[in-house]
Amino acid sequence: MSVDSVFVHKMWNDNEITKMVEGGVPFPMLSDGGGKVGTAYGIYNEDAGVENRGRFIIDPDGVVQAYEVLTPPVGRNVSETIRQIQAFQLVRESKGTEATPSGWKPGKLTLHPGPDLVGQVWKVWKTSMESE
Amino acid sequence: MAETAEVGCARPTGGLVGQQETTEQHTTQQTTQEVKKMIQVGKPAPDFVAPAYHKGQFTSVKMSDYLGKWVVLCFYPGDFTFV
Repeated sequence: MSVDSVFVHKMWNDNEITKMVEGGVPFPMLSDGGGKVGTAYGIYNEDAGVENRGRFIIDPDGVVQAYEVLTPPVGRNVSETIRQIQAFQLVRESKGTEATPSGWKPGKLTLHPGPDLVGQVWKVWKTSMESE
Repeated sequence: MAETAEVGCARPTGGLVGQQETTEQHTTQQTTQEVKKMIQVGKPAPDFVAPAYHKGQFTSVKMSDYLGKWVVLCFYPGDFTFV
């Protein structure tokens, strides 16, 4: 979503993005002329008249689980977004009985929060696991 | 005399020239800033309807139509920016 019109979205997709990604953008490109939606999400940059790079992960109940906001010159990291979605999906499927520690990736150790784990995380999770 | 604009990811913008700061405008800005608050994780995402371009068609997207699915909503400064 950006403040560009759907006509500009079409030109950008058809003339540039299709040269990078076969078939172009696979999801809807939304238009937010005037920045009303961006303002509601807290990422509209009034001085520049554009949206900042805001990324929101919204769960099936419509609840915001995560967001990341960057100023324009630095791009995002899609694989980190996907990792976070996988982690939130795991937590949701476990109905909150599991939590994912720092650096978690699919298949790696999860934690089971509860009274027994208080003060004992160091026994099951090492800082080296953060970057494995 | 016109100057060559610096090229970057932020869209060059213009604005009014000269005095424009009146008390009235200050009041308006303050009101806007009260509304402009970052949303909270764990709270419902604001619902909206927006015009969209999707698979060659002009259409519209309503956020609440996606209830039951995981959604990634991305904002960016503008089409044809660099990153």
